[in-house]
Amino acid sequence: MDWQGQKLAEQLMQIMLVAFAVVAFFTGYLVNSFQTMLLIYASGVLLTTLVAVPNWPFFNRNHLKWLDPSEADRHPKPQISSTNTGSKKKSSKQHQK
Amino acid sequence: MHSFGYRANALFTFAVTILAVMCAMASFSDSFNSPSPTADVQVLNINWFQKQPNGNDEVSLTLNISADLQSLFTWNTKQVFVFLAAEYETPKNSMNQVSLWDGIVPAKEHAKFWIHTTNKYRFTDQGSNLRGKEFNLTLHWHVMPKTGKMFADKIVMSGFSLPEEYR
Repeated sequence: MDWQGQKLAEQLMQIMLVAFAVVAFFTGYLVNSFQTMLLIYASGVLLTTLVAVPNWPFFNRNHLKWLDPSEADRHPKPQISSTNTGSKKKSSKQHQK
Repeated sequence: MHSFGYRANALFTFAVTILAVMCAMASFSDSFNSPSPTADVQVLNINWFQKQPNGNDEVSLTLNISADLQSLFTWNTKQVFVFLAAEYETPKNSMNQVSLWDGIVPAKEHAKFWIHTTNKYRFTDQGSNLRGKEFNLTLHWHVMPKTGKMFADKIVMSGFSLPEEYR
């Protein structure tokens, strides 16, 4: 998921759960059935899980722009010290491409 | 919300917390119920009244118990436990409470009842103080909820007494 997607998923989860809880409570109270309240709430939890937990495509619409590798090479990381360990690290990075 | 497991855990925790809040609200809604139960007990017969070998008095009674406990039931009531106790005073104890009969009322439909029975449990005294004793028959009930606080109350019916002599 991208950042916008994560925010959307969290908001959807919170709003859906609270909404189902409110509907479940008042419906159960009005029909005088505790079991009705629990059934409505349980189905609400299940539905919310299906909507907000898996990585659906609509959570991924604002693609994250990672830095292009060729662009990264043009701006090398500043070296902390001029010892052997510093240059060794740098050369191993280039091999990972 | 970095991963599937993270979101699943967050959702589960939030859902259970909301469930706890709903149960608290359901229990609170019981306080809006103002019950008006009624009860009546008659002692039809004193079957026998003896002093046991260990020195304690014992009585056997036949009772007619009728009650209407329907108004105690709410959407959050699991069952009502009801028991009839004989209450009296002795020189040794300021209050003696002996349970004679109990029952469980599982639903509102069964809450209006009339039974004719001998005492389910022995009516035994601590000593031999029962001759000519005046006692109250009190119907107690405990309203057991599906979730939350349990309420208990009673109706006191007075004016009963035991014979002066053993029979």
